[in-house]
Amino acid sequence: MNNLTDPMIGPIIEPVLELENISLGYRGNRILENISFSITPGEFVSIIGPNGSGKTTLVKSISRTLTPETGLIRIKGIDIQGMSHKTLARNISVVMQSVGPVAMEVGDYVLLGRQPFFQKYQFFESSKDVTIARKYMELTNTLELSKSKINQISGGERQLASIARALTQEPLLLILDEPTSHLDITHQVQVLELIRSLQQTLGLTILVVLHDLNLAAEYSDRLILLHKDKKNIYGTGTPEQVLTKRAIQDVYHTRVMVQKNPVSGKPCIFLVTQSEMEKDRKYENHKISHKK
Amino acid sequence: MRNAKLKRWGIIVLVLSIILVLVSFLALCLGSAGIDIKNIPGILINGKGTSDYGILVGIRLPRIILGFSIGGALGLAGTMLQGMFKNPLVEPYTLGISGGASLGVCINIIFKFYSHIGIIAYPLSGFAGASLVIFLVYSLNSQTRHIRSNRMLLTGVMISYVASSLVMLLMAISKSDDLQNIVLWIMGSLDEPNTALIQLALWGSLGGLVVSYFFCFDLNALLLGEEEATNLGVNTTRTKKWLFMTASFLTGLSVSVAGIIMFVGLIVPHFMRMVAGPDHRILLISSYLAGASFLILSDVIARTIISPLELPVGVITGIIGGVIFIWALSRKQVTL
Repeated sequence: MNNLTDPMIGPIIEPVLELENISLGYRGNRILENISFSITPGEFVSIIGPNGSGKTTLVKSISRTLTPETGLIRIKGIDIQGMSHKTLARNISVVMQSVGPVAMEVGDYVLLGRQPFFQKYQFFESSKDVTIARKYMELTNTLELSKSKINQISGGERQLASIARALTQEPLLLILDEPTSHLDITHQVQVLELIRSLQQTLGLTILVVLHDLNLAAEYSDRLILLHKDKKNIYGTGTPEQVLTKRAIQDVYHTRVMVQKNPVSGKPCIFLVTQSEMEKDRKYENHKISHKK
Repeated sequence: MRNAKLKRWGIIVLVLSIILVLVSFLALCLGSAGIDIKNIPGILINGKGTSDYGILVGIRLPRIILGFSIGGALGLAGTMLQGMFKNPLVEPYTLGISGGASLGVCINIIFKFYSHIGIIAYPLSGFAGASLVIFLVYSLNSQTRHIRSNRMLLTGVMISYVASSLVMLLMAISKSDDLQNIVLWIMGSLDEPNTALIQLALWGSLGGLVVSYFFCFDLNALLLGEEEATNLGVNTTRTKKWLFMTASFLTGLSVSVAGIIMFVGLIVPHFMRMVAGPDHRILLISSYLAGASFLILSDVIARTIISPLELPVGVITGIIGGVIFIWALSRKQVTL
């Protein structure tokens, strides 16, 4: 089914990732039911949703650390359940929320990303492996950290090293699970700018779990908003289509105001606190009574 | 970057091998018979048939080989288990294997199995006890597709307690000769008259070393946690099964041949991590060689320090190992 042509809408590009009727849960407790979506090559997709809506769970099923109860997950048309662990690691790489504080040198850590490519009796990294690792360390600005230990560098640096390791796996799809949640604003922007530049220069397909809606709106081509009570996708589309006042009210049960970011034109969310709402209501009432 | 690493690893293996050879030579020279060091090469080459040759080749050499096998096996098993469980407190005896073996040997002594089938009953009963515990710990924790590491550890610790309580119970109701027999066995010794067992220990322990190297990359990835290891293409369930089985086999073998020798499997892996770093490609062989040297040296001390009497080698490994380790700990941070 490679690059078929649909007479109505033109060529169909084969998706990098397809989920078909995926249901997930822990010990009979369903978190997500009948989820289906697909991601086309080169897309930057963010999964958003409240705590407990199953964002990380969903990502875990794609990286196969969790087996779905029903449904199919395909990478380039191939069912991942039938893939060997190494093949999967050559197609998908995952950057987790944080790297554990191991006493490993950053250079060695990044080189771990070449392990899925090792031949059967290969014992040392080839010079090609080292070249690839260096290339991505340069790209992520971690080359000068090469000799530092993971447990002695900052959280932001660790996250960059983790991205370098994931890139060293040279995957089709890069998954990042809340990559910015432990970082300050400088590093949040640094990490997301890096991811966007990877998308643009390497043509990498990117799936990110993000908590921060404004960051998600700013950087993503497409958003997937999960709904906790429906156990399914509430909506998917461009940031403008998904991040509406109504959607956020429904999914997060929080009052917000959505406006256009004057610089980027992307939707931007402002909180409306309870006390502000009270003031607002009093003002409205005042106006109404005044009119009378 | 790569060549520097290879050079460093080469030096580490070379230095550890030299230490091993020196320690073995020391073990060959020292002993209650007082054979002059200068005469040893001569005796070994031309002295066949003399009593000195008999002492060197028939008594001291087997002890050295056994020390090498058991020390290596314990150091290696400790490294594998600490890596697999990502827990710096785990040692080969944590999973209750030594408890099971002691219980087996206790039962053998009290019910006098050895009087029916001979001295081989000791290692056999020890190995039976160890295998039973391995089977229990494993089957209690692998009904599902995943092996739950923390539960496995807890089960092991609990089985260990149950087994040692049962040993205490048997000791409390046993006769005094039996009691001494049990205590002597539990304290551990490299005095093993059966050459077939020594050979078994040697080949078993070297076999364990070979198997461990099939998992050196997986162990490196597991340092980052199980989930991260899966993302790096490691079949963690399969790897953990193999590591558990190999480490258990090594431990069961050691305990049934030489009794309980504490501390080697706990201290040597930590010490080698400080020296050689966390990469299991170098760590596994280093821990093996260092464990072997450490046990041979401890045995030399155990049998010469109050010669002609012999101390249990476990006492020496505990004292020397513990003190050196605390000293090293105060100078360097320990992490996995």
